[in-house]
Amino acid sequence: MAVPQPVADDTAPLLRVRDLSRYFDVSPPLLNRLVERRPRRILKAVDGISFDIPRGKTLSLVGESGCGKSTVARCIVGLHAPTGGSVAFDGNDISRLRDRAAQAPIRRRMQMIFQDPYASLNPRWRVFNIIAEPIRAFRLLTDTAGLQRRVDELLRHVGLAPADGAKFPHEFSGGQRQRISIARALASNPEFLVCDEPTSALDVSVQAQILNLMKDLQRELGLTYLFISHDLSVVHHMSDYVGVMYLGRIAELREAKALFARPSHPYTRLLLDTIPDLRHIGRQRAPLAGEVPSPIKPPPGCAFHPRCPFADDRCRTERPEPVEVADGRVACHAAAENRLPG
Amino acid sequence: MGRPNLPLLEVKHLCIEFPTRRGTLVAVDDVSFHIDPGEVLGVVGESGAGKSLTGNAIIGLLEPPGRVAGGEILLDGKRIDNLPYEQMQRIRGKDIGAIFQDPLTSLNPLYSISRQLVETIQTHTDMTARQARARALELLQAVGIPAADERLDSYPHEFSGGMRQRVVIALALAANPRLIIADEPTTALDVSIQAQIIALLKKLCHEFGTAVMLVTHDMGVIAEAADRVAVMYAGRLAEIGPVADVIHHARHPYSHGLMGAIPTIGSGTARLTQIDGAMPRLTEIPSGCAFNPRCPKAFDRCLAERPVLRAAGPNEVACWLY
Amino acid sequence: MTDLAEQTAAPQRASALQRFFDGDIWYSFTRSRVTMVAAAITALFFVAALFAPLVAPTNPYDLAALNLLDAFTAPAWTEGGSAKHLLGTDEQGRDMLSAIIFGARVSLTVGFASILFSMVLGITLGLIAGYTGGLVDAFIMRVADVQLSFPAILIALLVDGVVRGVLPPSMHNDMAIWVLIFSIGISNWVQFARTVRGSCMVERNKEYVQAARIIGIHPGLIMLRHVLPNVMGPVLVIATIGLAIAVLLEATLSFLGVGMPPTRPSLGTLVNSGQNFLASGEWWIAVFPGLALALLVLSVNLLGDWLRDALNPKLR
Repeated sequence: MAVPQPVADDTAPLLRVRDLSRYFDVSPPLLNRLVERRPRRILKAVDGISFDIPRGKTLSLVGESGCGKSTVARCIVGLHAPTGGSVAFDGNDISRLRDRAAQAPIRRRMQMIFQDPYASLNPRWRVFNIIAEPIRAFRLLTDTAGLQRRVDELLRHVGLAPADGAKFPHEFSGGQRQRISIARALASNPEFLVCDEPTSALDVSVQAQILNLMKDLQRELGLTYLFISHDLSVVHHMSDYVGVMYLGRIAELREAKALFARPSHPYTRLLLDTIPDLRHIGRQRAPLAGEVPSPIKPPPGCAFHPRCPFADDRCRTERPEPVEVADGRVACHAAAENRLPG
Repeated sequence: MGRPNLPLLEVKHLCIEFPTRRGTLVAVDDVSFHIDPGEVLGVVGESGAGKSLTGNAIIGLLEPPGRVAGGEILLDGKRIDNLPYEQMQRIRGKDIGAIFQDPLTSLNPLYSISRQLVETIQTHTDMTARQARARALELLQAVGIPAADERLDSYPHEFSGGMRQRVVIALALAANPRLIIADEPTTALDVSIQAQIIALLKKLCHEFGTAVMLVTHDMGVIAEAADRVAVMYAGRLAEIGPVADVIHHARHPYSHGLMGAIPTIGSGTARLTQIDGAMPRLTEIPSGCAFNPRCPKAFDRCLAERPVLRAAGPNEVACWLY
Repeated sequence: MTDLAEQTAAPQRASALQRFFDGDIWYSFTRSRVTMVAAAITALFFVAALFAPLVAPTNPYDLAALNLLDAFTAPAWTEGGSAKHLLGTDEQGRDMLSAIIFGARVSLTVGFASILFSMVLGITLGLIAGYTGGLVDAFIMRVADVQLSFPAILIALLVDGVVRGVLPPSMHNDMAIWVLIFSIGISNWVQFARTVRGSCMVERNKEYVQAARIIGIHPGLIMLRHVLPNVMGPVLVIATIGLAIAVLLEATLSFLGVGMPPTRPSLGTLVNSGQNFLASGEWWIAVFPGLALALLVLSVNLLGDWLRDALNPKLR
């Protein structure tokens, strides 16, 4: 629909997300509601978002904390059941599969890399068993020798030594742990990796190692990535397509190059302005007033209007729907009406 | 860079140790630098490089069993590293303010913002309660809290993360300190808020002439706010110099690699420069230059002899290449 | 310095045993005299109880060996004592030392078995409550709350009474030990369930558990293989202190006459039968079993306290 299809043999996108939403009930307990007459409160963490990811490409979702980007990732890998909408992987709607057996063939093909390298590995397990777990779970290899060979190969693939398999996670640094995480994610030969802030807990020099490794793996194995990050410079480095999220909705979803060269949505412009620029020492970033409003009580109309310098009456009352543009789509009245400068 | 007057803060050969049952770990090893009045010194390095420990040592809040094992810390030419706790507590707040990563650890959740501000102001000045309250309001307005007069009596939990960090800055500024130690002040905040906080910190320091030691791992923040930068590695100072020179013409192979590792917009999507390996654990710091196992330019002398800081152009570098 | 512990951790590969002796727990053990003494006393009780038939001078259950002429012999070092009976004898001529050793055997058996029972029950319910959440969690934890509002002794007495009412009187003595284990076990599971539930709710949200969920591992297996090993630390502490409580509870029940019968006495039963003679001058019949009980419970409690501190890095 929105993301232009690459001119390639595999025309169908690997992942197709349509009107995905996920609500959380954050109401006070029943007793408090009855006694204090407080209403139910629904947090719309993800509120009707759609995107496609073509095979072998990387789509990034960026936004500030609480914008719902991680919830999208969790819905796709099945950690959350979507409240509405569909997630289709290679043509199969996985949001409808409830049965563990039916899910298994799809689960094998999509894996996830997490943010916190200290929490994502079981501290009581040896690295070998951590990496072997998906292989055993999907019964990909049953003989011990084959398993050993495969884990050794995976360890080497991510830049560790086969001997590291006998160690425990606490013996590794943050960057090495993230490599182990990647090896585990690759163990079941997936085609699609969901990467939830994979480098935000790492130091820059280690972040560079991990980002380079991920790009190398993508090229070698033809992986497709959904990349979640709040760091626009990292997103710029990794992505083919970028979706900017604000309060559970996609503000702008476009080809990465176009988005960084000619951002449309005022929120995208704001985000781009806040990236520190090493080329201009002492440059004052344009600090924009205000903060992200509470997702429990989002502003009416366009959720961004209280912070938007271009907001008018229509923005305050009518929620903008995504409008197709040349290289993606933008949900902004001002952009649609050509009211934006530049 | 001429130094007509005494530097505000001088750290000379600072060593910080952690005694453990497997031997003593040297977490900060022979670190020297100074900060002039009104200057912002950025301190960068990976986690575990000792940058936060250095900051904590200056404000006298090293967590035991860590201890200053050698060197001197001088504020206005007077030693402050050997002062008794009570005296140090007076200096903290009055002469040195502190801002930490998590604003919640600096604020008492049980007291209203006004009470915490007034208490701090009255501890360090001889203002009456009424004057102190007026000053508190002034401070909150200065740090850009909207409707400050209405929110003066709110509690910390009623503020958002960015607003809390503003309150912490107000607290740190309450007694007009001449030096602020800001330890990762923006790390816990969203990018759009980060810019606001950094801009605020810079503006206030400019107005009040406060010097800042800005400890962070975020080079972007440094580029934006710092006058000079110190790069730390494995508890040692690798390079120190004016911000433009360190970022664009880093001499030390580590700082050079560090700058190349940062993805920047406009640089295309080619491979990032990467420094292989990881910073050594404190138990396994190699002899000679601590960076030698990862250094592409290491030679015999780097393995045997530890380099000392020496001038190289406008920077001072601890590397045998210079 | 969040990772100071990591900085000092031994990086080399080592066997589990080596790692234990190299680890912080063993280190803190060697640094605490009190703990070492408590461990020695506990070990002494365990060995004596385990090898009671070999260690004890006589067999107190062997009625044929009893000689009424030996009754009320005072401890060896007092007037009227005999070297044959170090701690004296009771009203039937039973050797007190042997009775205590066999009594400790019964007490520890009941203690261990009941704590094992509480542990299995508590861990299972705690894991299910913590991992499943929602209504199941609410139900299990409310049951726990209700049970916690009654003293454990009351619950044990109630269960004991009900079971005795159901079973024919002829079976009472034979079944006494099982009834005790069940009633003590059922009154102690709540601590385990609460702790495990709490830790489980923390672990469940950690990313390694999510990684296992993404692969589609069965929730039961996730609890067993991923969550359980990571919540065992606090469980071990509660189990140790719980052992002391269980031994004490058993002694209380036996003292009240609803526990072990006098034919197979536990430490509590011994104190109970000895108290009749306290006034008449034969003090040793009650005092020595009482001392033994106090020493055992104190040692195990001290061990539990130490374990709690050793496993909690914040207190170190």
